[in-house]
This record gives sequence, C-alpha cells and structure tokens, in this order.
Amino acid sequence: MLSNFIFLIITVLAVGLFIWQIKKIRRNIKLGREKKINNNASERLNKLLLVAFGQQKMFKRPWPAILHGVVYVGFVVINIELLEIITDGIFGTHRVLGFLGPVYSALMAINEILAFLVIIACVIFLIRRNITKVPRLTRGPEMRAWSKLDANVILITEIVLMLALFAFNIADLKLAAISNEELAGSFPISNWLVNGLNTFNVSALEAVRSVGWWFHILGIFAFLNYLPSSKHFHIIMAFPNVYYSKLEPKGKFTTNESITHEIKAMLDPSYLVPTLPEGVEPQKFGAKDVEDLTWKQLLDAYTCTECGRCTDVCPANFTGKLLSPRKIIMDTRDRMEEKGEHPAIFRPNHYKEQGEPRVKVTEEKTLLRGYVTPEELWACTTCNACVEACPVNIDQLSSIMEMRRFLVLEESAAPTALNAMFTNIENNGAPWAFSPSDRLNWADNLFVNVK
Amino acid sequence: MADLMAKGEEPEILFWVGCAGAFDDRYKNVTRAFVRILEHVGIKYAVLGLEESCTGDPAKRAGNEFLFQMQALTNIEVLNGYNIKKIITACPHCFNTIKNEYPSLGGNYEVIHHSTFLQQLINEGKVRVAGGEAFKGKRITFHDSCYLGRANGIYEAPREVLATLDADLVEMKRSRANGLCCGAGGAQMWKEPEPGNKDINIERTEEALATGATVIASACPFCLTMLSDGVKNKNQEDQVKVFDIAELIASAENLNA
Repeated sequence: MLSNFIFLIITVLAVGLFIWQIKKIRRNIKLGREKKINNNASERLNKLLLVAFGQQKMFKRPWPAILHGVVYVGFVVINIELLEIITDGIFGTHRVLGFLGPVYSALMAINEILAFLVIIACVIFLIRRNITKVPRLTRGPEMRAWSKLDANVILITEIVLMLALFAFNIADLKLAAISNEELAGSFPISNWLVNGLNTFNVSALEAVRSVGWWFHILGIFAFLNYLPSSKHFHIIMAFPNVYYSKLEPKGKFTTNESITHEIKAMLDPSYLVPTLPEGVEPQKFGAKDVEDLTWKQLLDAYTCTECGRCTDVCPANFTGKLLSPRKIIMDTRDRMEEKGEHPAIFRPNHYKEQGEPRVKVTEEKTLLRGYVTPEELWACTTCNACVEACPVNIDQLSSIMEMRRFLVLEESAAPTALNAMFTNIENNGAPWAFSPSDRLNWADNLFVNVK
Repeated sequence: MADLMAKGEEPEILFWVGCAGAFDDRYKNVTRAFVRILEHVGIKYAVLGLEESCTGDPAKRAGNEFLFQMQALTNIEVLNGYNIKKIITACPHCFNTIKNEYPSLGGNYEVIHHSTFLQQLINEGKVRVAGGEAFKGKRITFHDSCYLGRANGIYEAPREVLATLDADLVEMKRSRANGLCCGAGGAQMWKEPEPGNKDINIERTEEALATGATVIASACPFCLTMLSDGVKNKNQEDQVKVFDIAELIASAENLNA
C-alpha cells in the first residue's frame, strides 16, 4: 500500500537525520582533550542505575521529582508502544501486539493512565515556567529567549503527542463499537471520554483515528530530530554522562602532569621528562577554549537540561555575584557549536545576539572572555554545591577551575590580592605574610612539652 | 620531628598544624586545644615545626597549579624523608589536599581530619568529656565545611563529637550535603568578594543565628574566621560564640590552661 511505503520512507529519513545530527555532536565532543575514563566499571554501572535510571538526585526536591518521574516513566513505557506503531505503519497491520491478550490490555491501560498523568505534569510544568515563574527556571542572563521557548516547545509537544494518542484510541474504540467488534486492549481514559465523539459518523471517526495515529508518530519523529538542538537532549546524554562521572572525592582536583614534569626537571636536572607518543600534544596550562577542556567536560555541556539547580544553590550567585554554574555549561555548549558544528535547528550565534547586557563579554572567539568572563570565574568558592546539586552529574567546578588555571598560568591575570597570596606562599611558605621562623610560636605559651 | 628523628624514634602520628593553626591568632587556640587533647590521651605525636610549609591548597584553588605542585613536591619530600605514615590535621583544606591530591605526586599517607580522630577517641573511651555538664542544654549548631563535607563526605563525625557534650544540637536550614559555604573557599579568603549584593558569610551567619544557637561550632579555620566576622558584623559577639569542635572538647575535658 502507498501509505505503508510512505511511512517506511519517513521512518528511514527520520532515523537517518537523527544519526546525522548525532554524528555532528559526537565530532563536537571529540574536539575535547583526551582523557581515559574507564576504571571501576561496576561502580559506574551502579551510579548509572541510581542516578540516571533511578533519578536519585532529583529527590532532593520531592515535588519536581514526582512530576518529572511521571514524565520519565511515561516516556519509557509509552515508547514500548512505538514498536507496535512502527510495525503497524510499515506492514499495514492494526494493533499488531493485540495477540498478547491480557498483557496487551494491561500495557494499554498503563499507557493511558501514564499519558493522562504526563499531560497533568506538563501543564504544571508550564505553569511553573510561565505563570508562577520559578526563579531558577526563568532568571539569569543565560536564560534567553531560546531557552525559554525550547522548554515550552517540549512541554507543549508532549501534551499534543499525548492528545493525539487519545484521539487515536477514542476513535478506534468508537469504530469498534459501531461495527460490534471487540477491540484488543483496555482503555480506561478513552472509555471514559468515548462519548465525546458520539456525533461523528464512521468516515469522520476513521479520519480522527488516522490523523491521531499519524500525528502521534510524526510528532515522535520530529521530536527525535529536535532533541539534539534542545535541552531535552538530556534524556539520552544523562546516561553516558552519569556513567563517566567523577568517582573520586569531590575535593580532589585534577593534577596537571606536564607541570609535574617541569617542576621535577627544575628541582633535579638529571630528571628525564618522559617523551610523549607521536602526535600527542603536552597538556596546556588550563583552558581558554573548548578544545582545552576534556571530552567529558564537553559531554557535560550536552547533558545540561538547564534546570538551574546548580545556580540555585551557588553561594556566589544568590549573593548577587555574576557567577552562574549553569551559564558556564551552556556557554561551553554554545561555543562548541560555534567552533564545531551545530545540529539541525539550534544556531548558537543567533542565541548570542539576544544577550542581556549583564555579562560583559568581549568579541574574542574563545570560550574564555568571548563567553565566560574572569569576573564570573573569580566569584567561585569551589564549594561543590553545584556539583552536588546536578541531577545528571555535571562537574561545573572542573570547567571553572580549568579556566582559572589559564588566567593564572598563561596570562598571569589573577586578582592582585591573589598574586600577593602567591608571593607569600613562595617566600614564607604560608599564604599570609608571616615569617616562617614564627611557625612554632603557637607552642610558646602552651603548658605542655612539644617534643 | 627532627628531634625525634635524631633520637631514632618514630611518632605514631604527625600533627599537621597548617598555616592558620600556626599563624592565625584565633586558630592558634584550636591548635593548642588539640595538642592538649593529644597530650591528655598520651598518644605519641610530632609536628614538623619550622619544616612545615603551606600544602599549596590556596594556590591550587586559585588556579596556580605550578605553585601548588612546588609546595606539594617539597612537602612530600620532607614527609617521605621522615617516613611519615599517618597525618592528622585540624584543617579540612590541608586534609583534602594531602589526602586526595598528594598521592598522584608521590605522597601516600593515611590522613585523618581531627573531627574523625576526636570521634575515634570518644568511641574508644579515651576522651570522656567529664566536664560536659558545662554545655548541658546549651544550643549548638554545626556549620559544615565544604572541604570536609561535600568534598570528602564527612558529615557525621563532627556531629557525633558534639553529641557527647549533651548539648541541644540544632541544624541550620542548609546542612550536610546541602550545607552553605562560609564564603572563604577557593582562595576567596585572600581576596575581596566579586561585586554582588551580599557577603556569603553574612548570609550563612544569619542562617546560624536563626537557629537560636549560642554556640556556632565549626571544624575549619576559614569557616571559623568567616563566621566570627559574620557574628561581629551582626553585633552578636557577646551572645553568640564561634568555636572549633576541638576547643569545645578540650574545655569539656577541663584541659584549657
């Protein structure tokens, strides 16, 4: 049949376009520095189960966690039906999984209830974003027109997709009733709404069923290809990002090995700096642009769903400083797409033009200064609250630190007070200007014998 | 330490005093309180004295990886030279740096923060807090240091130490993993804050005062300074005191000179 053939073509095109976009993003992430992260597979899998599948960190805020949980479970379960839709579409069958009997009934019933709950959750989400304007979702120089539009597009699309599913089910039920047939499956919500189509005749019902079905599946294909341009990409990226997240204590910052070699050679002239394999560049001192960050730090940027939990708990941010950890991550993504490639819809340059004047970036074509200003970086207390808060294990602090390193080591651009602190450490072995010979003075009036 | 070495002896533990513990007038009291506890329990300890130097933590957090590694490699040479195995420190920043960042530069030690150590002493019955009566019913709130808490997952040890005081322990709105920074981390201690509308230590002090506590307990020299400044800023220094947990234990043990 022609419609089956058209459906097959559309399916192949949609999947092909998605793969093409994924490849672009993969190349963008590969702009980053190489870093081996493959130890402790079992601990990583455990994290994957708890944090990504189990959404453990979402539960720091119970209400959003429950609503998000509904949409998440709904997404996973309803997509089981996608198998049926695609099979029906290609082979011209109707409810091909219907032979499963009671299992199918249960599946359809769960789908309907979840679809209904998804609509409720999405409506609440829309209210939180557009009416009550929850601060973390709406405020900040990084929450520009695109971010706001993007969030609403996703929520409305999800509602429309669910409505299309109901239209298909209701029309199907009605048609079965008219022809006195038993429809496979159980549809608690549609059964309840079925009288809404009482005035429709058979051809109108067939049209509704057909439109509902096509709208649902075409919507899903469109959504799939919208994902790479959207914050909603986290539904895929959360899994690798959690798997590759940092396992060491949060207080452990990375050690720059090329510096170690340099110092060792300085302290001991006979020290041999190990030669790097052909084609491998020595590690730079810090990060000025996206290629100076590791691939994991770039993966972070594609995983961010702009929820603002990091910025919401950032002590610098809520005391009015410029720093917003979310902005650092979003800037990294935008710069990566400016420098590398961009997906089908999102254009980072377009996004940049709509900037609020609050953060004074320069015209430099680099992440540092072109997107992230030193003032933002110097406001960080390295307290790890952002890292702790992120539901998908993004390490905002590591990117902030790499840029700080560049400022200090490559540009000697630390704030004056910090330069004074460095000098004190160099000269006195302490960050304050005390004489090293006074280091044991605390024991002077101690009434014990210091051995 | 050098004296002990000359006698051919090895200490059980090395007490890493840290720059704040050695130079900051307020924190010297904490150093002394902790040393009195060490003496009291009769543990064989040593300090590096003049051979100790900054761990490099503030340099590293400020982005000066070069200076950090210079400090680290020099310190590691001293520590390894004395064959040190176990290090105790009252500073979460020294603790974090030596425990987490020295190993990849060749310094491998068992590193213990004094909160964990005090908890062990109490569990072993070596510190009984006989004079703890003084704190009975007093309202105490504990402020989590980022480098002890989130950075290294130590939330319970300092609380269990405080629990022995038989005081009324209250939590601030943001505590443990959600604890709020005092504002000093990441080398902010040595610079003016970036432009904003409030200082972080004021925000945190307000939260601590809101609990109605008369003692704010901390386990970090920088937090101690920031919160003391905050209390002064609020003109509450007569009613509300900021203490390190070691000072509270030493005073409960009647060890204060």
